[in-house]
Amino acid sequence: MASIVHRELQANGLRFWGPLLAIGAVIAAGFAAFVHMETNGHFVTGMDNQTVWGLPHVFAVFLIVAASGALNVASVASVFGRAAYKPLAPLSALVALALLAGGLAILAADLGRPDRLVVAMTHFNFKSIFALNMFLYSGFFAIVGVYLWFMMERRMNAFSGAAGLAAFVWRIVLTTGTGSIFGFLVAREAYDSALLGPSFVVYSLAYGTAAFLVVLDLAWRWEGRAAEMETLARLGRLLATLVAASLYMTAAFHLTKLYMTRYHGVEAFLLAQGGVYTAFFWLGQIAIGGVAPLVLIYSPKTGGTRAGVIGAAVLVVLGGIAQMYVTIVGAQAWPQPIFPGWQETSTFFDGQIHPYAPSAAETALALGGVALAVALIAVGIKVLRFLPDPCTDSSSQPPTSLPVRPR
Amino acid sequence: MSDNSRRGFLGTAAAALAGIAIAPGIRLIEIAAARAPEEAASGKVRWGMLIDTAKCATGCTDCVTACNKENGLHDTGRPRTDAQWIRKIELKDLRSGRQHSAPVMCQHCAEPPCVDVCPTGASFKRADGIVLVDKHTCIGCRYCVMACPYKARSFVHENLADQRPAVPRGKGTVEGCTLCVHKIDRGDGTTACAEACKAAGHEAILFGDLNNPQSAISQRLREIPSVQLRSDLRLNTGVRYSGV
Repeated sequence: MASIVHRELQANGLRFWGPLLAIGAVIAAGFAAFVHMETNGHFVTGMDNQTVWGLPHVFAVFLIVAASGALNVASVASVFGRAAYKPLAPLSALVALALLAGGLAILAADLGRPDRLVVAMTHFNFKSIFALNMFLYSGFFAIVGVYLWFMMERRMNAFSGAAGLAAFVWRIVLTTGTGSIFGFLVAREAYDSALLGPSFVVYSLAYGTAAFLVVLDLAWRWEGRAAEMETLARLGRLLATLVAASLYMTAAFHLTKLYMTRYHGVEAFLLAQGGVYTAFFWLGQIAIGGVAPLVLIYSPKTGGTRAGVIGAAVLVVLGGIAQMYVTIVGAQAWPQPIFPGWQETSTFFDGQIHPYAPSAAETALALGGVALAVALIAVGIKVLRFLPDPCTDSSSQPPTSLPVRPR
Repeated sequence: MSDNSRRGFLGTAAAALAGIAIAPGIRLIEIAAARAPEEAASGKVRWGMLIDTAKCATGCTDCVTACNKENGLHDTGRPRTDAQWIRKIELKDLRSGRQHSAPVMCQHCAEPPCVDVCPTGASFKRADGIVLVDKHTCIGCRYCVMACPYKARSFVHENLADQRPAVPRGKGTVEGCTLCVHKIDRGDGTTACAEACKAAGHEAILFGDLNNPQSAISQRLREIPSVQLRSDLRLNTGVRYSGV
């Protein structure tokens, strides 16, 4: 791969600054929302004492999970030795770092006391999955940062394989930890499952690959460069496999919950009677985020086209956000049984389905985090050499020795 | 009288006087089961409550009112975000139609999930079993609210005014029933809710030391059947219920 030359984004002047300014405006709106929420208190959001985690957490967890999966391309190249993925490996690491930064920014900005972030970094309760995740997130920055350096610095190239392996192991642990934030909440009937950790790992692989595909396509469009169909088709097939695996994990999760009688109520709520949550599950997570991308990628008409693959990737991202909405907000909508077997009513809304409608403030905060991730990627590819030069990119050459089927 | 014996006499007299002066104080501390300010909470006691739902009157919210007053909780007109440290849950058995009423607050678990999940250690359990939030290290992540099986924690959603000096609160932090820790520490030997319930003539809330076999709560627990809420989670709660 020594022949691969990477270069900066070929977009200058208004072509570069125009989109960046638009992204900057979204970040500014997110920052204004943050100031508004912290000045007045969280009552200005749709969150309350029944639904304490809302839209900011949906987007934050999605970005964090997708960050881990965005490293897929680099991992496939360095850990599984697929040379065709190597030219895109540095970009995949950059996307991973940027998505994680965006997600963490949302989480930090939503804290009741964001001014105490330093407390969170100096006081640790090691029994808390949250505290462990802080190490996993900062470790991810460090390991992927080193991995990126080894990939981009020719003298260190020899060590990039080892760094890639470390990053691969780390991100699997990281996503398990993120899923376990929910899985270990035994008090909430929608969670309380060891399957959430592994499910999040599989979801992350799909969401991250999809997010990477969207970024790659946007970068090409930004440059006005033609898409490399072989690269797209290859990544599309990888995405399809991961989407299928995600559907399997979703089925396994709900079927195991349905096996236990005490969870029939919450499962009936989420899967059949939950209104917006049921719609988000079947329409969002399953149809848009699962079935439709598979059809687009495996259909002979759309499978090999740019629109088909990128369309599938966009749908996987939308389905992923829907999944997080059901997993995070839907789970809180279902009331906690404090006196199992009794009908409960109280001034604190016990025994009731909890409504939630995100306010403009928290929506702006959530989108601001996404915009921050996009801005970091945009600036990264503009100032550093992340994009493979099409003239030297072997991934655009005929696939003589390239794997056609993903593993 | 020699110098030595005079000195001895004066010493003994001073000690006796000091003893007489201090003893009532010590005796008072003993009577009220209070701790001296410099003394740490002791694991020898475990504070808890027994709630007899048979005595709890449907529609009576005196315990809630007393808690709000004692701890400086105010109605902002936004019930979904207002903090509630104690609430009355009305219960109905759908098959038999039997109805009950029960106050629910932090259950002061021996194995509190809120303490397990708190990333900074702001949620903590005192040696005497009281589960509290350190308002200086709480970052407002609300993970404890997600983890509490009793919905006993509230997040402070707005700026606060008219706080009670003994009960510091903070916007952006999480809070819940402190078992009136300030009253316990000054030796009141009861909580605001238990006092109010007693004043209303119900005596449905009995406060006391679960570790002391002679305490009224321990004796009552020996006499009548009681349960822990969500006992399936095996959290060993400090608050017990009878009649449900």
